[in-house]
Amino acid sequence: MKLALFADIHANLEALTACLAHAKGQGADHQAFLGDLVGYGADPVAVLRIVSARVEAGALAVRGNHDEAALEPGPETMNRAASKAIAWTRDALPEDLRAFLAGLPLVERLGTMLFVHASADRPEAWTYVYDAAEAARSVAASDASYVFCGHVHEPMLYYTAAGGRLLPFQPVPGVAIPVPSRKRWLAIPGSVGQPRGGDPAARYAIVDVARATLTFHRIPYDWRAAAEKVRAAGLPESLAQRLEGGK
Amino acid sequence: MPGLGPGDEVDGFRVEERLHAGGMGVIYAVSGGESGFPLLMKVPRLGAGEPAESVITFEVEAMVLASLKGSHVPRFVAAGDLAAQPYLVMERVEGRPLSDWAERSPLPVPEVAQRGAALALALHDLHLQEAIHLDVKPSNALVRPDGEVVLIDFGLAHHAHYPDLLAEEIRHPVGSAPYMSPEQVLGVRSDPRSDIFALGAVLYQLSTGKLPFGSPTSPAGLRKRLYRDPIPPRTLEPSVPPWLQEIILRCLEPDPERRYPSAAQVAFDLVHPDGVALTERSTRRRRNAGLRELLLWIRAAGFEPKAALKPSARLSGATIILAAIATTHANEGQAEALRETVKRLLATDDETRLACVTVIRNAPELGGSSEEETATSQRIQHMVLLRHWAEPLALRQGRVSFHAVESSDPAEALLEYARANGVDHIVIGGPPPDMPLKGILGTVSTKVAVEAPCTVTMVRPRAKA
Repeated sequence: MKLALFADIHANLEALTACLAHAKGQGADHQAFLGDLVGYGADPVAVLRIVSARVEAGALAVRGNHDEAALEPGPETMNRAASKAIAWTRDALPEDLRAFLAGLPLVERLGTMLFVHASADRPEAWTYVYDAAEAARSVAASDASYVFCGHVHEPMLYYTAAGGRLLPFQPVPGVAIPVPSRKRWLAIPGSVGQPRGGDPAARYAIVDVARATLTFHRIPYDWRAAAEKVRAAGLPESLAQRLEGGK
Repeated sequence: MPGLGPGDEVDGFRVEERLHAGGMGVIYAVSGGESGFPLLMKVPRLGAGEPAESVITFEVEAMVLASLKGSHVPRFVAAGDLAAQPYLVMERVEGRPLSDWAERSPLPVPEVAQRGAALALALHDLHLQEAIHLDVKPSNALVRPDGEVVLIDFGLAHHAHYPDLLAEEIRHPVGSAPYMSPEQVLGVRSDPRSDIFALGAVLYQLSTGKLPFGSPTSPAGLRKRLYRDPIPPRTLEPSVPPWLQEIILRCLEPDPERRYPSAAQVAFDLVHPDGVALTERSTRRRRNAGLRELLLWIRAAGFEPKAALKPSARLSGATIILAAIATTHANEGQAEALRETVKRLLATDDETRLACVTVIRNAPELGGSSEEETATSQRIQHMVLLRHWAEPLALRQGRVSFHAVESSDPAEALLEYARANGVDHIVIGGPPPDMPLKGILGTVSTKVAVEAPCTVTMVRPRAKA
């Protein structure tokens, strides 16, 4: 079984369809969506139609902080552009898609794998897994061998080294990394729809469950079109520029 | 899986005989599978009472070996899961370990150069694949009957594409004490120049019969190599020429920045002693002592490993360019165009080296009737032409070398030279634009372009309008 991991899609239809097509070509017939389906981007409805149909068909999905904010205005923790975009998203969502978001759990579990948007240690606190110490807390929150999360937009793999400590590893796109289940792993596939790190390409990852390998992918997509849609929707210019620069 | 015996079967592999039992595991000759070449199986010692390292090194070797290709590593065949039945099946390489030569050392200089260059080329191939061996020693280098070296035992290796399972395993440094680089002593596992240091230690051993730093067993003993340099090889073995001492001591520099930037350049110097740029290292008679040692020690105390780069990242600037110059067919326009192209390639980095090569026909077996036809005078004449060609490039000594190769098959001679010297880029004159396709396929440059193990640039003078 091959399972594709999509995190932080952020209402970017062009990026999502490019990644889904690539995953299909790789023989990944199952999907897990790691939260922040909406926010920032111009296509929340189209993206949620696709994701909800997949979930209907058996895919896993968890809730992100932007998904939660799209339902109810929460405490003001977002920056100005993000909260503008989320207010716009709130108005754009029809009732059935609001219900879909409201039904998403914070954590999903499938065998030895755990899926969550931010740190699995108090997932409702939306803590960023930015370093090995936070990764260790997230891993310690359950007995899962694999923790898959998003929230942080740059791809990263944390693993237990010989001394038992968690260490970061920056994955190379397209390389199948052996991830035996005896060790503990925390993988951040990187953002599908709001890539960072100076590269506008979309990121996602595939777990090959039978072979116990994890492959990070970097997918070029039509980010010009996605950025133009952001402008056409009247969303903040900085959000369009971010797609163009991958920053 | 203790005690496999002849006839036992493991996942379709049949055990033939037990070849070796070591601290980390047992090695068997096996048959089966569909590989079509001889196989061996490594079974790690696992379980209670066995060292934890053997689990990790088994995992590392399976991961790294499965990703490597080419003739300098055993071909990977299969790996059994660690939880169920751990084993590793790979090609059983025909060859003798370099330790057989080390036991007979000191060896004659030409033999040191030959074996050393073969080991260096194997390491270079590994580095180009983003891997670092980190346990280079004579017993981990098998010499095939044709002289090529195959590296074995990747249990301590680092591969930039995979998480380093041995990182942070700093309770004691991992590696073989006599050959381990200073940065490895400090726990750094991501610098390919660590292999170049170990290569230097092997060259030292083959040349002198002694180990440059002995076989220390304590951490303090290991750290000594951070500030204490070895006794110069010529002091131990006067037959070691200055150029070889220069190469060995440059490999053994405590600061990786002062070593050779690539193993291919070590191979190159070992094969071309005339081109070695000699420094103070070549004439050193005794170890650095007194104040200098103190200074070195202070530097070692403040040693800060630099941020990790991909193993191949350092190699991009340390390239070897082969310029194929047809001195037997003078063509001024072509020669000028070749020089311009080479000049641009050399301008990108100061570490890039240039080998100017021409192929001359074999001298008549019984010697020519006139003086001009003798092999020596022919060779000298072409060397002069090569130097003349390179003169305008104004390259410092050590950056450029000249070679007149004798062969009746120029394309094969150039390819052989490129393979044997780890050449990264061949620059060669292309066939003229008006040549019919049939003719083009038969030219030297086309054959080189099709078969070369590296990038080939075909140069053609701009047509006059």
